[in-house]
Amino acid sequence: MTTTARIRVDHVTRVEGHGNIVVNVTDGVVEKCEWQVPEAPRFFESMVRGRHYSEVARITSRICGICSIGHTLASVKATENALGIEVSEQTWKLRELIKHAENFDSHVLHINFLAAPDLLGAPSVFPLVATHGDVVARALRLKRLAHEWGSLIGGRTTHPMSIVPGGMAEVPTTKQLKALKATLLAAVPELEATVATVLALAPSVPAFDRPTEYMALSNDKDYGLYDGDVQTVLPDGTKQRYPVADYKQVTNEYVVPQSTAKYTRNKLPSYAAGALARFNNNYDMLHPEAKKVAEAIGIQPICTNPYMNTVAQAVEVVSDVYESVRLLDELIDAGVELEPLVEPTKYASGAGATEVPRGILFHEYGYDEEGTCLSGNCIIPTNQNHANIQLDFEKLVPELVAQDKSEKEMALALEMLVRAYDPCISCSTHYLDVKFAR
Amino acid sequence: MSKAKVAFFDFTCCEGCQIEFTNYGDAAFLELLNHVDVVEFREAMSEKTTEPIDVALVEGSFSREVDRARLEKIRERAAIVIAYGQCAASGGINALKNHQDDYKQFVYGEDAEQPHLASQQARPISSVIKVDYSAYGCPVNKYEVLQIVFHLLHGKQPVIPNHPVCVECKRRETVCRFEEGDHCLGMVARAGCTAPCPAYGVPCEACRGFVDQPNVPALEKVLVERAGFSQRRAAEKALMFTANDLEALS
Repeated sequence: MTTTARIRVDHVTRVEGHGNIVVNVTDGVVEKCEWQVPEAPRFFESMVRGRHYSEVARITSRICGICSIGHTLASVKATENALGIEVSEQTWKLRELIKHAENFDSHVLHINFLAAPDLLGAPSVFPLVATHGDVVARALRLKRLAHEWGSLIGGRTTHPMSIVPGGMAEVPTTKQLKALKATLLAAVPELEATVATVLALAPSVPAFDRPTEYMALSNDKDYGLYDGDVQTVLPDGTKQRYPVADYKQVTNEYVVPQSTAKYTRNKLPSYAAGALARFNNNYDMLHPEAKKVAEAIGIQPICTNPYMNTVAQAVEVVSDVYESVRLLDELIDAGVELEPLVEPTKYASGAGATEVPRGILFHEYGYDEEGTCLSGNCIIPTNQNHANIQLDFEKLVPELVAQDKSEKEMALALEMLVRAYDPCISCSTHYLDVKFAR
Repeated sequence: MSKAKVAFFDFTCCEGCQIEFTNYGDAAFLELLNHVDVVEFREAMSEKTTEPIDVALVEGSFSREVDRARLEKIRERAAIVIAYGQCAASGGINALKNHQDDYKQFVYGEDAEQPHLASQQARPISSVIKVDYSAYGCPVNKYEVLQIVFHLLHGKQPVIPNHPVCVECKRRETVCRFEEGDHCLGMVARAGCTAPCPAYGVPCEACRGFVDQPNVPALEKVLVERAGFSQRRAAEKALMFTANDLEALS
């Protein structure tokens, strides 16, 4: 048994944003065990007030540099809902396509640059250039591929430009879409090599289980990355769906002193969002090629080991490529042309949700009759994972103490746990229910 | 020649400009690593250093007094400090809240005065430390960043554009947003981005800030007369990315 440990990790590395880990163990007793979020608050929900509806997604995209496509989509969907806009099938498919690009992009970054160094015993990706040069070069090529894939649809991947309320401000040509399809298919061997790397590293994933509630968008047509109802699944497999409009009843935000970000809960004291939550909710809807990978790695629903989130990301990366090839075929067959933007039919308030790499994301806005934003509310996935990370800590630390782990081993186990959630803390600082001004 | 030691630091921001650094692809990125040693980059690496740094790329605005000491420490250690991205260069999008006096209460309600939520107006990092160069943009133009780094490696002064975005639209033959019935800030916005927004069917929001001596009254007049903006909307348009630029002019 570990008798004494004093762990303080300020600003955990290889995560987006700032989080601290504090653990005190005295005479084998865990006195303190906290996941703290000290990120600087940024006040986006206040900043959108007074802005025209066409500007709102351009502002809230800046909440997060790594999932700015998802923020743009959730924001635009909420605005379209508030303004009574229904977009065309072509717009829907192009947005699904860029959603897959973002998921692929972020997961490739996380698996290779943020998580893998731990499993390979390196402090970062940079020393791996010398020891695992082929893996690093491959990851950089896949990252670049995702960047070009997303940029073709959105103009760029960090703060995309063409996704606007009412449709798409610019669309790719059929020729460009055909070229993208060829590029994606040509990348399949590199994808398989990435999966092989994950497969080889999977036995190093720490054994730890804490059953919790898992929340993700879900529908009856596909894996639910772009759209669906809110669904949660409990450890016993019980599923329940809720309309997106009721998002406040399922997120139930509350305040804790160690965090600038609010905590959330639904049926259990915490819930998880992200790739593992999507996998646990929507496994049946996964592309067959992705299911094959899941079977090869040996991950199946309901997986209750949070460290396996990174593995679930690898499964999703495969799904993203094959689902995108399907979407590209449909778009190429139908022919793509620039469509006029759909105009608002009303000015009210509305919510929108999409899945970002780290989990379910909600935006809501209210507008006056001139299309000026009166209020905004954003509930971000990492925000929704904070309580779950804290409860994981509270179960994991006593287990590590019982296993006689050193301070260093304990700190690494906790940092790896935080990294497994792939937290995106810079966007998660928000924490109070906003009353909608009328 | 030994490699230049480069480090990344982040303050109040979305870290998207750091993400841009991972988008060069394998050839350009690995070549870059032949010329620079990345010695600190919290978002991507656990290694830290106390050694002097040749180039510090600092992302994010100064929005909390508690960050002042960290910024000063970076300045002490670094030979060259680059404000990396618009949040650091001007306050960027974070400064959109600066004209509001109730932003804390609006977001945090009755908890607004809790000490860990302390926050103030968003300012450029140059309000705390001396900045040698700025890589403008939200996000940065990653190729311009390479140009800046290569100039510095060769002991040259990087050239930072100070002409309006309209020039770049003309250069790539993009139809003016006003001709499409839209609006745009391109005529007062600092170029260097290659004007991707109008090319993708959306207005320039001046995310790289203003050119020196922008004619803001003329901008407002054009927004009213050609884009049909209300006087209020025209006056507040440039609060989005250029709130601090506007304040500096007044």
